[in-house]
Amino acid sequence: MFEFTEDQLAIQEMVREFSEKEIRPIAQDTDKNGSFPEKTIKELAEMGIMGLNIPEEYGGSGLDEISKAIVISEISKCCVSTAEIVAVHLLTNDIILRMGTEEQKQKWLPNAVEGKLGAFCLTEPNAGSDAGGLKTKAEKTEGGYILNGSKLFISNFGPEEGDHLIIIALTDPEKKTHGGMTAFLIGRDTPGVQVGKTEDKMGLRGAVVSEVILDNVYVPEAEVLGKPGDGFKIAMIGLDGGRIGIAAQATGLAEAALSEGVKYANQRLQFGKPISSNQGLQWYIADMGTRIEAAKMLMLEAADKRQKGEKVTKYAAMAKYFCSETAGYVCDLSLQLHGGYGYMKDYPIERMYRDARIMRIYEGTSEIQKIVISREVIKEYT
Amino acid sequence: MNILVCVKQVPDTTEIKIDPVKHTLVRAGVPSILNPFDGFALEAAARLKDKDPGTKIVVVTMGPPQATAVLKEALSIAADKAYLVSGRTFGGSDTLATSYILSQAVRKMEETEGKFDAIFCGKQAIDGDTAQVGPELAEHLGLPQVTYGLTCEKNADGSGLEVVQEGDGYNQVIGIQFPCLVTFTKPSFDPRFPTIKRKLAANRANIPVLGDDAFPDIDTSRIGLKGSPTHVKTTFTPEQKTGGVIIQEESEEESAKKLVALLGEKKVV
Repeated sequence: MFEFTEDQLAIQEMVREFSEKEIRPIAQDTDKNGSFPEKTIKELAEMGIMGLNIPEEYGGSGLDEISKAIVISEISKCCVSTAEIVAVHLLTNDIILRMGTEEQKQKWLPNAVEGKLGAFCLTEPNAGSDAGGLKTKAEKTEGGYILNGSKLFISNFGPEEGDHLIIIALTDPEKKTHGGMTAFLIGRDTPGVQVGKTEDKMGLRGAVVSEVILDNVYVPEAEVLGKPGDGFKIAMIGLDGGRIGIAAQATGLAEAALSEGVKYANQRLQFGKPISSNQGLQWYIADMGTRIEAAKMLMLEAADKRQKGEKVTKYAAMAKYFCSETAGYVCDLSLQLHGGYGYMKDYPIERMYRDARIMRIYEGTSEIQKIVISREVIKEYT
Repeated sequence: MNILVCVKQVPDTTEIKIDPVKHTLVRAGVPSILNPFDGFALEAAARLKDKDPGTKIVVVTMGPPQATAVLKEALSIAADKAYLVSGRTFGGSDTLATSYILSQAVRKMEETEGKFDAIFCGKQAIDGDTAQVGPELAEHLGLPQVTYGLTCEKNADGSGLEVVQEGDGYNQVIGIQFPCLVTFTKPSFDPRFPTIKRKLAANRANIPVLGDDAFPDIDTSRIGLKGSPTHVKTTFTPEQKTGGVIIQEESEEESAKKLVALLGEKKVV
């Protein structure tokens, strides 16, 4: 049985109280208006949340992977848009910490602690699940590289949003994923970096997602992240952490959706009794509760292994796959418990249902996770 | 600066049950929070510390052992040190007895923490709603006081505070010399949130308890239920005075003329 430490429990209590008091009351409006929760992000930064995985020497809070998962999960219970902004930001913090030079850490991590957002730019119009399809090029020039191309569906990047970007680009089109990609860490104000289309999404409407256009962007060698040719490896390391982040979002959302479902089922009277007294619906609730507990254990196991420095590709993929599918399942059944009211925007389950849908898609679809998992499992059992 | 902030743990609900015999609050089973007005007092202290980082903020509460929760909360927000005043003989104290015990605690804490320049309290607790403990504490200690503070700043020569006090439809700035006591009401801004670092430190904090035997010179006839002269016969919400006319013309002279005219119409003058 997984037990949180006293510190982890204290962090959970703190973030839960903040989320209930400050985030839940505005979650419906954030969704309805598609408004970026700028004030909330500023407050989270003041509390130390935006730099929670950054060591104290750079101004951060120096917390572990489990605490990170707890924080994302607690915020997600109240507003998945906000949780997504935090999760992506923590993912970029993580990559900078693992791969950045001391100079890069000194330059960007204090910004990150202040809540100046990081964005991770891998996806392109023709390179989603297949990173090998990358078209953005980084051509070597004197003292650096010239970047050209565009990145699609980039979270934490918008007309006003986003501070620093991690960009994966092709440096050797022949080698592609086998040493032909390089990661760059640049500021959003770098000449030639433009904001393309800002997406109008089905869910996560408070989290800004835009296209990044790179038009002859000169990047000095000092802004290469890791070594030239390490781009794909860096992307994969980032995705391991990112997938656990999505799993944390998903379990938080699933718990919130179950809570809404049970609350409604206890209140709603039909045929003279609460609908929660019907065995058919009780079985739904049992399935939801069971899957959520299993999902949480898997997510925490993955986070714990990552904290211990173990290779987590399999566990991260399993957690991402199972937790996101669970969130979809629970939101769907909870909406079913709500009946017609669940289809109306007056009830938060309508928003949760839409927010849940992306979880099976981003940071690698469920189908891609199964490819990753099966590859690892076959290796293990062969 | 050395600031003491008095805080109280209160039930987080408007559904407060009252013991039908003792006419006191039944606290069991109700979630507890830091009294919001005490949070405003703590924020006022924190803002003084923002400007003068050498400032020390000590928090104190009187209550059962579980009241350490609000002390830890205060530590996670802004306080540097916390004390719990807790003893069987203190139980059942009304506001007079409570403020008397707190005055003894202030003297005791000052032996370790040094003299307090200012004592901040919430204007009232949301459970008892008396707004008496702060002013009574000032009287026990012989301190000047300002109630209903919104914000405060150190005065120019650093010898006291300038407190913005909330009035009925107006605010006024009142100067007060150290040592002093100020009670605070809800300001226009939200108090700050705890930070991760402070939260973890608060979680590990060792909170000294000032118990029954902490104050050898205390007058035991003035504490606990038997030292409490208050007997609540009934509670009710007083009727709000309505109406009234505000005369606010361009100049004071015009306002005066209008007042005279209105009083004339009513045949008052």
